[in-house]
Amino acid sequence: MSLLQEIFENLRNFVATIGAVALFFARTVTQLPRALARPGLIVDQIHNAGALSLVIIMTCGLFVGGVLGLQGYDLLQRFGSEDALGTAAALALIKELGPVVTALLFAGRAGTALASEIGLMRATDQLSAMEMMAVDPIRRVVVPRFIGGLIALPLLTIIFIAIGIFGVQVVGVQLLGVDSASFWSQMRAAVEVSDVMEGIIKGCVFGFACSLVAVYEGYTAVPTAEGVGRATTRTVVISAVLVLIFNYMLTAVML
Amino acid sequence: MRSNRAVEVSTGLFVLLGFAALFFLVTQITNRELSTNGGSYGVQAQFENIGTLKVGAAVSMAGVTIGRVQSIRFDQSVYKAVVDMRISSQFDRIPVDSDASIMTAGLLGGQYIGITAGGSDEYLKDGSRIEFVQDALVLENLINQLVASFNRRSDTEGDNQGSKSEETKQ
Repeated sequence: MSLLQEIFENLRNFVATIGAVALFFARTVTQLPRALARPGLIVDQIHNAGALSLVIIMTCGLFVGGVLGLQGYDLLQRFGSEDALGTAAALALIKELGPVVTALLFAGRAGTALASEIGLMRATDQLSAMEMMAVDPIRRVVVPRFIGGLIALPLLTIIFIAIGIFGVQVVGVQLLGVDSASFWSQMRAAVEVSDVMEGIIKGCVFGFACSLVAVYEGYTAVPTAEGVGRATTRTVVISAVLVLIFNYMLTAVML
Repeated sequence: MRSNRAVEVSTGLFVLLGFAALFFLVTQITNRELSTNGGSYGVQAQFENIGTLKVGAAVSMAGVTIGRVQSIRFDQSVYKAVVDMRISSQFDRIPVDSDASIMTAGLLGGQYIGITAGGSDEYLKDGSRIEFVQDALVLENLINQLVASFNRRSDTEGDNQGSKSEETKQ
């Protein structure tokens, strides 16, 4: 009886949260034109979310590419088709690994920063202070961060993929001796612009999800130290789950 | 003011890097030039059918890569595919009567040109043409020949000569 009640309660909370996020997003959209009038704020946030995540993205891309090279080579050489390494690794990176791993890293690096920053603003009453000065915190704080993440993640995804392919090439061609021309020419023959577009679309959707979750969690954080910490944790967890679910759906639609 | 400027510069660099990576992906940097330290020479061969041979594919002798396919085009006057290869200059003693055949590497691998040495004392040099060629095997043609030879056999009770001549015609 109490278990049933609990389940019902949780379900109700879940639906209420989705509604709250939707309303929050609607408020964000209505403030969009006025926020765009101050592009400097958005540039700052692209810098925070994108440029500052660059090192971690590039390092991880290199190593993910490298391990793809090792594993791909080991698997393909059993069939005597090491030459297909470029194709296999490039498609894996462009369609799946690039967007997903970048989004997970982004949630960990930039999403948490956004959530804790906005959460701390809430906890230290900075958001209330803005409201008192008739500055809408959604317009001044939330929208630039949301847009910044939305722009940064697809770019980071592309960079991750490019570095990853470089990593595959380093391991496959330089270390393991796959034929360089076959590697590139087969990759070129198999990878189409539509595949790259698929990766970019995924990057955009993940950017939307991760940024929205981060700013929402930060904005609605309980204004205590514990609340901000919890908001940060929830940002990573919810972003990761959403990214993986969206990834499955997008793949199913676009395959 | 200066720090603001620095933010703009690094953001700009980040965006540019993103687009550069996109350009890389879309054009898929292909380093098709044969890395020929010490030069190379061009050799040509004409094939009836090149299968799925691609520019950049290996040219090999005895399994060792000695060059690359530089270009592939279709010659309308003879209805043949003309394949230009560049062979590294260190391999300068390939007999002129060598034969070039299009082979497949592995189960899923790409196709490459295999050169088998002939017996002549003259060697291939820049601009030479390999006269003896063997086309890529096209699975459908093989099956058609097989079916035709079976049909012929059942018609004329083991007349091998008939099916042989049909194969050579193909």
